[in-house]
Amino acid sequence: MTLKVEQLHVQHGAITAIEDLTFTINEGELVTIIGSNGAGKTTLLRALSGLLPVSAGSASWKGESILGKRPEDLVRRGIVHVSEGKAVIPELTVAENLELGGIWRKDKSDVAAATAEVLELFPRLGERLKQGADTLSGGERQMLAIGRSIIARPQLLLLDEPSLGLAPLIIEQIFAAIDALRHRLGLTVVLVEQNAMSALSIADRGIIINLGRVVGSGSAQALLNDPALRSAYLGY
Amino acid sequence: MKHKSPIRRLAILLFIGALLIAASGRVDQLRAYQGAQVAIFAIAISAIVLLTGYSGQISLGHGALMAVGGYAAVLSRTHWNIPYPLSFIIGSAVAGVFGFLLGIAAARLKGPYLAGTTLALAVGLPSLANQFHVLGGEQGLTFDAGNVPSWLGSDFSQYRWFFVVTVIAAIAVFWLLRNLLSTRYGRRWRAIRSNPTAAALAGINVGRAKVLAFTLSSTVAGLAGSLFAMLLGLVAPLAFTLTLSFTLVTGAVLAGVSNLGGSIVGAVVLVSIPELSNAAASHFGGSDKVTANLPGVITSVLLIATVLFIPNGPKMPKLSRQ
Amino acid sequence: MQIFINTILVGLSSGAIYSLMSLALVLVWRSTRVVNFAAAGQAILSTYIGYEAMSSMHNYWLSLPVAILAGAGISALVEALVMRPLAKRSKGTPVEAIAPVIATLGVLGGIRSLAGLIWGNNFIQYTSPLSSKGYTIGQTTIPFSPQNAAIVIGAVVVMAMFAAIFKFTRLGLALRAASFQPEISRLAGVRVDRIRTIGWAFAGAAGAVAGALVTPTSYLSPNSLDLLLVSGFVAAVIGGLESLIGAVVGGVVLGLGFAFILQYIGTSVTFSAAFIILVIVLLIRPQGIFGRRSGREA
Ligand SMILES: Nc1ncnc2c1ncn2[C@@H]1O[C@H](COP(=O)(O)OP(=O)(O)OP(=O)(O)O)[C@@H](O)[C@H]1O
Ligand SMILES: [Mg+2]
Repeated sequence: MTLKVEQLHVQHGAITAIEDLTFTINEGELVTIIGSNGAGKTTLLRALSGLLPVSAGSASWKGESILGKRPEDLVRRGIVHVSEGKAVIPELTVAENLELGGIWRKDKSDVAAATAEVLELFPRLGERLKQGADTLSGGERQMLAIGRSIIARPQLLLLDEPSLGLAPLIIEQIFAAIDALRHRLGLTVVLVEQNAMSALSIADRGIIINLGRVVGSGSAQALLNDPALRSAYLGY
Repeated sequence: MKHKSPIRRLAILLFIGALLIAASGRVDQLRAYQGAQVAIFAIAISAIVLLTGYSGQISLGHGALMAVGGYAAVLSRTHWNIPYPLSFIIGSAVAGVFGFLLGIAAARLKGPYLAGTTLALAVGLPSLANQFHVLGGEQGLTFDAGNVPSWLGSDFSQYRWFFVVTVIAAIAVFWLLRNLLSTRYGRRWRAIRSNPTAAALAGINVGRAKVLAFTLSSTVAGLAGSLFAMLLGLVAPLAFTLTLSFTLVTGAVLAGVSNLGGSIVGAVVLVSIPELSNAAASHFGGSDKVTANLPGVITSVLLIATVLFIPNGPKMPKLSRQ
Repeated sequence: MQIFINTILVGLSSGAIYSLMSLALVLVWRSTRVVNFAAAGQAILSTYIGYEAMSSMHNYWLSLPVAILAGAGISALVEALVMRPLAKRSKGTPVEAIAPVIATLGVLGGIRSLAGLIWGNNFIQYTSPLSSKGYTIGQTTIPFSPQNAAIVIGAVVVMAMFAAIFKFTRLGLALRAASFQPEISRLAGVRVDRIRTIGWAFAGAAGAVAGALVTPTSYLSPNSLDLLLVSGFVAAVIGGLESLIGAVVGGVVLGLGFAFILQYIGTSVTFSAAFIILVIVLLIRPQGIFGRRSGREA
């Protein structure tokens, strides 16, 4: 097992957003974290990527603690977080947004190779390299955000609601791309989603959280077939 | 000091004032002068506390507003030959009108923009004196406060008399401000400062409240400027430099920004810095360069250290906070 | 006609200086959302250091890089030693919004006094080998001197360098990304704290160029750049505070505006004019000419 989270607590001032959260994710797994609005999903990812301080508990990646580290250092250890809401920089061009993903890397030829792979996966980005990222559609922005993260050559990818506000057809494309990437690159993926159906369709396992606690987990197949969970958390 | 009635507050302030005035008979001219300086600075700092600590607006230009008050007082006294207490009122009123106009602009500006605009005022306004003949140029204009009232006796010194005048003015200002801040205006300002959006939703006319705060604050600064003109015996660009504006902001920060009573502490510190630094400079055999600049270094270091280490102001007894 | 052209030349020269100071303010604003009132102080200190370098090397041109490096270093130190700890400490306190303004003011006051302590408050000549006497064309001497030409050229070179760095280098990309979206930049691996310090260093360098180029046309004293700070601020506001091009254009517009006011209306109104221009721009077009965001949030 490679990502190990134990008894994690995260506060926003007086509000406890994550309370006693424990789970592990194995290398190469794609695990989706499902929960309704305000369940603490974003808070969890932000704590794991170093954006938020943790008040108690531990979290480690490949046996080494990742708490108290800065996001820019965690990126260099292969932990890359694509934050909520189409995390691109609208004031930069598409090409510059992609370049930013590999800005810290020394191996420039591999950055070029990774960029080529991204453009192959998302040809629409290739056609718009010189455009400002603010001119992209929502789906294209999400592709750009994921593409940028890939250029960092991540080992652990933390994705926060990539389907947010997108049309069903685009969601399907994005999830297909995530699925393809993780198999091709052997990624470990934590996929936070409210769109449980799509997420479970590409996930190995699912973890359901509510009010900052784990309230259920199981294989993707089992969760999809569990009628109680379906009605309580998946809403159909 | 909660829920004190205005009358009780006045009684306390008058008592303190009487003690100070009585004590002033036992000190030399220099101390009386410095006492008057403390009273004037306390008034000017309270203007910033009202503005920044309560309505949440910043001003780096209160030195310039003091200049407006000072020049207006001098001009009205020399041209219309009015008694000087009346010229203080005119000085305050002119600064208030000026502040009202500035406040209309200020209410629409945020943080750094307001800071920059008022800084421009602090740098540029005093230099206007060089360009208009009536303002007396670099030499400035003299302010003739006349003689000490004869009924006080012949051994009542000029500076002791200035001290009495400034202390009375300070008592009046503190009493008025203290009472004002415990009315609904004070509560509105605090609401705006802590959360302008919520204040607006609660039905407070944020713009109007801010303009009112700016106007009042400028009026108070104008009074301080008029008194300063009396104490110095003149108004001149060099009396109202950018450094004066800095000094006032420093005093307010040292006072804890939203602590009216702290203004007095801030003023005492500001007046004692040159004194202490002069002592230090002469002890170490410092040159003119040192005596002229050491106070500025100390003030700045104190200012930076205060925002850095005690951003909420020193933990002193909240003399008159509700 | 000749007067008109002269006025333009004079305006360009002072505009170039305003642009540099405005650039110093905009670079800092973009990297840390602070209007750096200490910019004038930093430029004064670097100019005194340039003056010292010239006194020992007897060469104005060699003293320029010394002043520029000093300006960059001073600015980086102010950021790392005062502003960064301040941002962390004042976060969430009631003074969060005003603390940076007060701190930069403190630095400005401190540097001015320190300069007075070291070099005295009297006027010092920091001279350039170039003449400050206007060129003579035919019989007339125009109010544009070789030093003015150096000012314009120096400003253009500095701006071209900045433009190249921002547009074509990885450092420039990191600077832009960190100023627009610090969080996303950190998640992409940009060391935002370090980049901010570099942004301040660049700003310090721009201010140092302004100080070292303009001082030979007048004199050096601990507060000789105060008015330049105000002009730089007005120029930055005209340009929208966010935009580097805006900073330059704002400076030139202000320089030309002042020159024409001086020529056709008279000296006595320049300051009032600056102040009125500032207030009008802020009230009518708060985002400046080049700003795109609405609202002037702190
Ligand atoms: N910066 C913050 N300050 C205060 N409370 C916060 C902050 N961010 C999140 N919270 C609170 O923490 C809880 C968890 O929020 P979080 O954003 O992690 O939820 P989420 O599961 O990502 O929700 P969503 O699906 O809507 O994105 C919520 O109650 C939220 O209000
Ligand atoms: Mg979320």
